[in-house]
Amino acid sequence: MTTVEDRELLKLPEAEPRNIEDRLRGLVRWEGGLVILFVASLFYGASTSPYFMSIQTFFFAGLNFGEIAIMALPMTFIIITGEIDLSVASMLGLSASILGYLFMHGWSIWAAMAICLVVGIVGGALNGFLITRLGLPSIAVTIGTLTLYRGIALIVLSTNTATGFPSWTTNLSLPIGGTHIAYDFAIFVVMAIIFGVVLHMTPFGRSLFAIGLQQETAFFSGVRVKRIKFLLYVLSGFICAFAGILYTFQQASSASDTGTGLELNVVAIALFGGVSIFGGRGTIFGVFLAVCIFGSLQASLTDANVSAQAQTIVTGVLLLISVLVPNARDGFSRVRSQVRRRRVRGAT
Amino acid sequence: MSIIDDEVATTLPSKPTGSPILSRVLRFRELAIVVAIALVFGATYLKNSQIASAANVQQLLSGPAIIILLAVGETLVIITRNVDLSVGSVLGLSAYLDGVLFEHNPHLAVPLALLAGLGVGLVCGMVNGVIVAYARVPSLVVTLGMLYIVRGVDAIVVNGHQIDPSSIPQSFVNFGSNNVLGIPILFIVAVVAVAIVGYAMRSFRAARDLYAIGSNPDAAVLAGIPVQRRIFSAFAISGALAGLGGALYLAQLATVSSVAGTGYELNVVAAVVVGGVAIFGGSGTVLGAALGALLLNTINGALDTANIAQFWHQAIAGAMLLAAIAFDRFVVLRTDRVLRVEGAQRDNG
Repeated sequence: MTTVEDRELLKLPEAEPRNIEDRLRGLVRWEGGLVILFVASLFYGASTSPYFMSIQTFFFAGLNFGEIAIMALPMTFIIITGEIDLSVASMLGLSASILGYLFMHGWSIWAAMAICLVVGIVGGALNGFLITRLGLPSIAVTIGTLTLYRGIALIVLSTNTATGFPSWTTNLSLPIGGTHIAYDFAIFVVMAIIFGVVLHMTPFGRSLFAIGLQQETAFFSGVRVKRIKFLLYVLSGFICAFAGILYTFQQASSASDTGTGLELNVVAIALFGGVSIFGGRGTIFGVFLAVCIFGSLQASLTDANVSAQAQTIVTGVLLLISVLVPNARDGFSRVRSQVRRRRVRGAT
Repeated sequence: MSIIDDEVATTLPSKPTGSPILSRVLRFRELAIVVAIALVFGATYLKNSQIASAANVQQLLSGPAIIILLAVGETLVIITRNVDLSVGSVLGLSAYLDGVLFEHNPHLAVPLALLAGLGVGLVCGMVNGVIVAYARVPSLVVTLGMLYIVRGVDAIVVNGHQIDPSSIPQSFVNFGSNNVLGIPILFIVAVVAVAIVGYAMRSFRAARDLYAIGSNPDAAVLAGIPVQRRIFSAFAISGALAGLGGALYLAQLATVSSVAGTGYELNVVAAVVVGGVAIFGGSGTVLGAALGALLLNTINGALDTANIAQFWHQAIAGAMLLAAIAFDRFVVLRTDRVLRVEGAQRDNG
């Protein structure tokens, strides 16, 4: 009875591997698969276009993907604790709108940026408050704030477009001087390292897995579940506001519909990186690989003249693969153990 | 205790069969939405009586018809503790294919066009259902994947083309814009869908199984409920209704491009949640979800009529949505407390 109840509370699927060894093995294999897929996507890209392996492509792939990739990092943390944040793209749009509005009204760019980051923290805190203190389901709350933040962005900037940012900001859309690395890709790599260290090498990171696997057990072993979740939403708001600033600088303009609909792309990347939607499982390395695969596929498909909308098929298929393959493996090992059991029974 | 409140709330017995108090509160839940709609409508009427004009009321009824249809299907899926994010894409694909059908058969009868749209959606829903139910993978990931795949297929099929209003026969356009006894036909279609599915959810055993599955999937298996088949059916119905919604979309607008229905999925989930359907499954009604969709649309219409500038709408809608979710939580907590007290009294007595 207790096991049924426990699983009930965790919302784990039945096919979830039971012990830690199984789980670790699954993890290693999934990331191994991602590495192979990444290499394959590079080969595919090289075959579609002679220019694919050039530095420029690498640079543009990073440019198209930087903000989504950056927002995927806090999303990974949140999904690992078994929650979700669908308001990320609206927060990005809100931050971009406020930056544009303040700058147009004569604020210095630094002050405007600071206000944006504060707004991000406040927005994240509102999410966190509603979810942890009022106990509302995160998927419902963040659909609500998705509408709310986008709505505030509309109020701030209505249908205007803000332009004319200082030249050093728009220079961020060029590669870092002397190299061919896009700024936002470099920022993503640095942040991924920090997030990876925090998630995998600190007690704080460990506690995220504990919360995702069994919230009550984590609570009774001294993890401050609510406070940590609250902090994660604040972090997510902050990072998304930061991504909004970067996005504005790269586009050299901001409008209230900046980034509409990106939230599901961000979730898709985290899930494709092997983060379990039920929480308790996932690595930053996997998410990093997912970003690389999506980026290189996007670049090569664009080279091959596949329209952006048709490219979504690849996103969808990769998502399905990311859940079906581990499951097929589980199913296979289940069948194998059954066969083995039957054979043993036959022998005796 | 506090951190498992969510689970306590969702594992409540779901329907008014046993406890009269629960039934009263659930009825109260739907009544609350009706009251909210009346308040929004009344407040706007005081500011601008134009909202009560026949044309405006018809607009308020026909506008949300498609979202109501999608919300009915989504309710079935969410009650089983799953979610279907692919409805917007399915709607877009079905609307376009229906338009292509008309381009090739200009004299197609209206019911056939509706059936064709429904069929396209049914196929998509069955794909969702097979993967979720039989491969046992999380529905959020599967339907998110299907959202992208169906939209991509749509883009390839559409290929920059656009359904031209002139290729849609007048009979079908009339179906999308005419009224019967002053009531928009589209709204009547939505009401019929709510009535049929709502009745089934009350009275049919197979439909009641959905509540059991959402309340406690393991217990449902042990109770002999064919869980996989039921979940498959829920997704198939949700897809079929999204497909029918696509046909209505075509009837309403007479033109379809490859972005039709983009972003509908989160609006539908929002309507369902406002309608009092628990996002973790096991409780809620089709009527509630339909009223939720009606409420959200009425708010938008009211803001229009009250001359509130367009760019305020979305922020107000978002704030209302949050208020509705918080209110729902309050009701659930209260129900929970009433039930606990009642249970304790029964145990003592």
